[in-house]
Amino acid sequence: MIRVEPRTAPSRLMKIGVPILSAVIALALAAIPLVFAGAAIGPAYVEMFKGVFGSKFAFSEMLTRATPLIFTGLAAALAFRARLWNIGAEGQLYLGAMAAVAIGTGAVEAPAVILLPLIILFGCMAGAAGMAVPAVLKTRFGADEVVTTLLLNFIILIFLQYMLEGPLKDPMGLGWPQSSPILDQGMLPPLMERMRVHSGLIIALVCAGVAQFMLARSVWGFKLRAVGENAFAARHAGIRVNRTLLSAALVSGALAGMAGVSEVAGLKGYLTSDLSPGFGYTGIVVAMLAGLSPAGVVAAAVFIASVFVGADSMSRAMGVSSYLADLVVSTSLLCVLIGGFFARFRFVRVKVRQRAAS
Amino acid sequence: MTAEKVLALKGLSKTFGPVVANSDVNLDLHRGEVLALLGENGAGKTTLMNMLFGHYMPDAGSVEVADQGGHFRPLQLGHPQAAIAAGIGMVHQHFTLAENLNALDNIMLGAERLSRLRRDRRAAHAKVQKIMLSSGLSAPLDVPVGRLTVGERQRVEILKALYRDVDILVLDEPTAVLTPQEADTLFENIGAMTRDGLSVIFISHKLREVLAFSHRIAVLRHGVKVGEIASKDADERMIARMMVGADTPEPDRPVLAPGAPVLRLEKVSVPGRSRRDSLLRVDLTVHRHEILGIAGISGNGQGALAGVISGMVRPTGGRVFIGDAKIANHHPSTMIDAGVGRIPEDRHRDGIVGAMSVAENMVIERLGDPEVQSRGLLRREAIQSHAEALSTGHDVRGPGTQAPARLLSGGNIQKLILARVFERQPRLILANQPTRGLDMGAAAEVARRLLAARSRGAGVLLISEDLDEILSLSDRILVIHDGELTEADTRDREALGLLMAGEDA
Amino acid sequence: MDILQILLSESFWAASLRIATPLIFGVLGALLCEKSGVLNLGIEGIFVAGAMSGWMAVWLGAGLWGGVLVAAAAGGFFGLIHAILTVPLGLSQHVSGLGVTLFATSVSYFSYRTALPNVSSPPRIEPFRPLDIPVLSDLPFVGPVLFQQTALTWLALLMVVVVWYVMNRTALGVAIKAVGDNPNSVDAQGLSVYGLRIGAVVAGSSLMALGGAFLTMSAFDAFFFGMVNGRGWISIALVIFASWRPGKALLGALLFGAFDALQVRLQTEVGALVPSQVFLAAPYVLSIIALVIVARSADYPRALLTPWFKGQR
Repeated sequence: MIRVEPRTAPSRLMKIGVPILSAVIALALAAIPLVFAGAAIGPAYVEMFKGVFGSKFAFSEMLTRATPLIFTGLAAALAFRARLWNIGAEGQLYLGAMAAVAIGTGAVEAPAVILLPLIILFGCMAGAAGMAVPAVLKTRFGADEVVTTLLLNFIILIFLQYMLEGPLKDPMGLGWPQSSPILDQGMLPPLMERMRVHSGLIIALVCAGVAQFMLARSVWGFKLRAVGENAFAARHAGIRVNRTLLSAALVSGALAGMAGVSEVAGLKGYLTSDLSPGFGYTGIVVAMLAGLSPAGVVAAAVFIASVFVGADSMSRAMGVSSYLADLVVSTSLLCVLIGGFFARFRFVRVKVRQRAAS
Repeated sequence: MTAEKVLALKGLSKTFGPVVANSDVNLDLHRGEVLALLGENGAGKTTLMNMLFGHYMPDAGSVEVADQGGHFRPLQLGHPQAAIAAGIGMVHQHFTLAENLNALDNIMLGAERLSRLRRDRRAAHAKVQKIMLSSGLSAPLDVPVGRLTVGERQRVEILKALYRDVDILVLDEPTAVLTPQEADTLFENIGAMTRDGLSVIFISHKLREVLAFSHRIAVLRHGVKVGEIASKDADERMIARMMVGADTPEPDRPVLAPGAPVLRLEKVSVPGRSRRDSLLRVDLTVHRHEILGIAGISGNGQGALAGVISGMVRPTGGRVFIGDAKIANHHPSTMIDAGVGRIPEDRHRDGIVGAMSVAENMVIERLGDPEVQSRGLLRREAIQSHAEALSTGHDVRGPGTQAPARLLSGGNIQKLILARVFERQPRLILANQPTRGLDMGAAAEVARRLLAARSRGAGVLLISEDLDEILSLSDRILVIHDGELTEADTRDREALGLLMAGEDA
Repeated sequence: MDILQILLSESFWAASLRIATPLIFGVLGALLCEKSGVLNLGIEGIFVAGAMSGWMAVWLGAGLWGGVLVAAAAGGFFGLIHAILTVPLGLSQHVSGLGVTLFATSVSYFSYRTALPNVSSPPRIEPFRPLDIPVLSDLPFVGPVLFQQTALTWLALLMVVVVWYVMNRTALGVAIKAVGDNPNSVDAQGLSVYGLRIGAVVAGSSLMALGGAFLTMSAFDAFFFGMVNGRGWISIALVIFASWRPGKALLGALLFGAFDALQVRLQTEVGALVPSQVFLAAPYVLSIIALVIVARSADYPRALLTPWFKGQR
């Protein structure tokens, strides 16, 4: 008879191995929809690979794609560590982008050394505000933050439409619902000539490093982890649970807002309602693949960005729907979840010796 | 009681990982017999009965049950419905009732086929009425179970088993939630039922009741059956020695003059889970060098009392003083800063963060201390060496201070909590069910520490359902009932029992 | 036309019921799952899967009721994934649900795009027609409102009665309510905790999928990307508002549908003064408010979100 027993503690190897294995399995399972779409499997994988590693431009495109995912991945990871289910990163991203555009398209006349930090500051504050509301609704009224953050995403998107057709509308945009472009001195400088990858990536990496450090080594991080693991015991020990949740919410929202700033002031230059193809939601998958570790978020973001960029390229080359990327990403989430089970439990074969009846 | 065997457990064994819960246990039960399964906490009594009832699958061994014709048949293990079908019923220590349903629905649960489109509540109601008459046990049937008292819920649990026409009834620590008088009544009813042919096994760790209410006693120790004896041939000392393996001395409680008050509640009102479980304008004082024991059945306000003193629940009225200082902002951190050490009732939920390390759990109440942090960053080496010192000093054993705290045994978790509490030399200690679930060695250690703290000058507020523990450790005793406190000027168990039930002694 | 006139018009109430229908399916489905103790955040993706698979089945020639069956089966399939991950494996219900939503959505979108790669506008099917019941449809007011709805709306209303009956009048309902409050109570009586929960989640998910099928087979006649647009999440909010009761669930869905129908009509009236986006956002704001008001409900299934493992006491 096989019995399931909890492991004493998952080894380091397992903690890294499970996400990597999940990623590999999810990629391998992509063969099934490829067959369904009538595409040749080998060449499809080759095209995906080339789409990321085939040229310097391709690689920089991947990094460009990874940048907002690092931000939203960090937002989700930090919140989830506190057991605060922030599903609203998508909306918070747009709040950050709107703030960036409100400040950076001409309302403030200042040189880059002032304007850029100002844009970042207001973008982060806007994102933080977006998560503060659901957090307060949770701590004061017990309203489930999963639903409130989700619904708020829709509200923010509708608000965005209003802003793009009204106060933020570009007077010289030929009537399209888009914002004015951000001033040159408000743009995040690019990292390489003729490539789209920009200094938002550096900011993202710094954020990941700081988050990892703070989570592991600071009192704030300790409290966040304690509240996430067992809010009752944390409270009993004197930790201010609501205060901790609120601060986690603000940081999480700020990071998601930064994703919006990064996209608008680093990549696109102006704001439209399709700025984000779901970065907020994908960030959740990034966080789970990373095992909720900020350092892991960088690796997971790179992987997911590679999948999207690679699948895009393969889609153009072979005519397979680029939704394949979403399939791989969602499959990898389910794999990592199942893998978590194997990391926590192990199978033990037990011999049942039944004494003969007298 | 007859000589006819109705149940035979043969060679049952069970391990959980490295822990051996039961090892090769043989046990027989006869028709009309009341067999007591005695052992200290952790001896394997509940595990054994859980194997009988099908909650656990044994690693080895078998069970045979006599059927209607008296023939022995093997019992299919690992499935409660097989046990129920064989006529075995179990009343669990932690009630298995759905609180959102009324008692009748709880009793009918599992007895009706799920595929049926209609229910026959009337017939079930009639049958339950009959059982209530013949067994002497009654409880309201049409009220959501969540609103019943603990005693009523236990009777529903028993009615549940009787409804299934059981021949063998297993009771797990049935008197833990009853007053001495209620326990007497329960066993009277059980006695009547055994004279009608019911066979009973009851689990207990209380020597007195095991001797008083059973025909035969089987003693378990560390998962092994160490002996069986007819109750009329046994005495307390004999079975206590079988249970623990050695004589256990009573803790030494030197007489001390109480000092200045460390805790004062003045007309304090605290909300609880129900009206009965709340405090209404209570007064209470604990002095230095004193252990004040709060005796009572759970659900009478202990939760609210512990809540307000630990800082977890805000009082709605009255004033709380620690020493001379009035407590203004009620929060666990305020109480910790005021010098209150808290040993929580539910050590897994409130005591430790299971996923964090032992070392982290040891500093969790002192995150602001300069020893623990510097400029907001944790001082990891200091925390580590502090944890090692504390573990050695308080004998906290486990897979190391870096391992997750949930891997520690119950006794060691309690030692961790005690270490954490005592290192701060608190002036008031709130000990809420401090020895629940601990074996006698660990329980004796806790008692020793509380008495030592008392000698050093702390005041201790001891809340316990174990009347013997209260009697052995307390200088003064208050009885709590319906959210009200009454000073007990007697040490007589019967009189205390009446007070616990709300009647005048 | 002022507000009173709108509220008294038949077309308004008919529209309310029509808009409410997918929510009725969604709320009933979520109610079944949650009553047994499992939060199913896969609902949004299951709506998409039901919408796509039902439509596709009809487009491939299965007939309307064939499409309904296929949609229910698709819902059951994705529900089973969620059930296995959360019940016997005991994994995080939040993460599993979100994973199922992402998975079901991407499977649906990919399948649709692969089957129909080169279409400029989405192809259409012949949807359910309003059921014209003789005599009853001619009743004043009630007639056009109730008796000119499609068969799927009738199915939704029937499901309200069925779910109510099962939960309150059958032994199965008692068992489901018990397992959502204290799984040990069910286990100690010889019933299967896993079986009850998995069954409730699969059945609930099939109902959810019908909500999606209504969109493509009754309300509209084609499948659009993004057409579900948060109806799944709104259903989750409405379940809490309904205190997990089928009757209140119907009421909540109807109120919501009425409000949504109202805002469409009000837009044409007051469109100049108030931006249309206020009306568009109103349903979501309303859901959040409803959630906050009823958040600390006494009927919360006690064992919701808590996994149960056999052999651990």
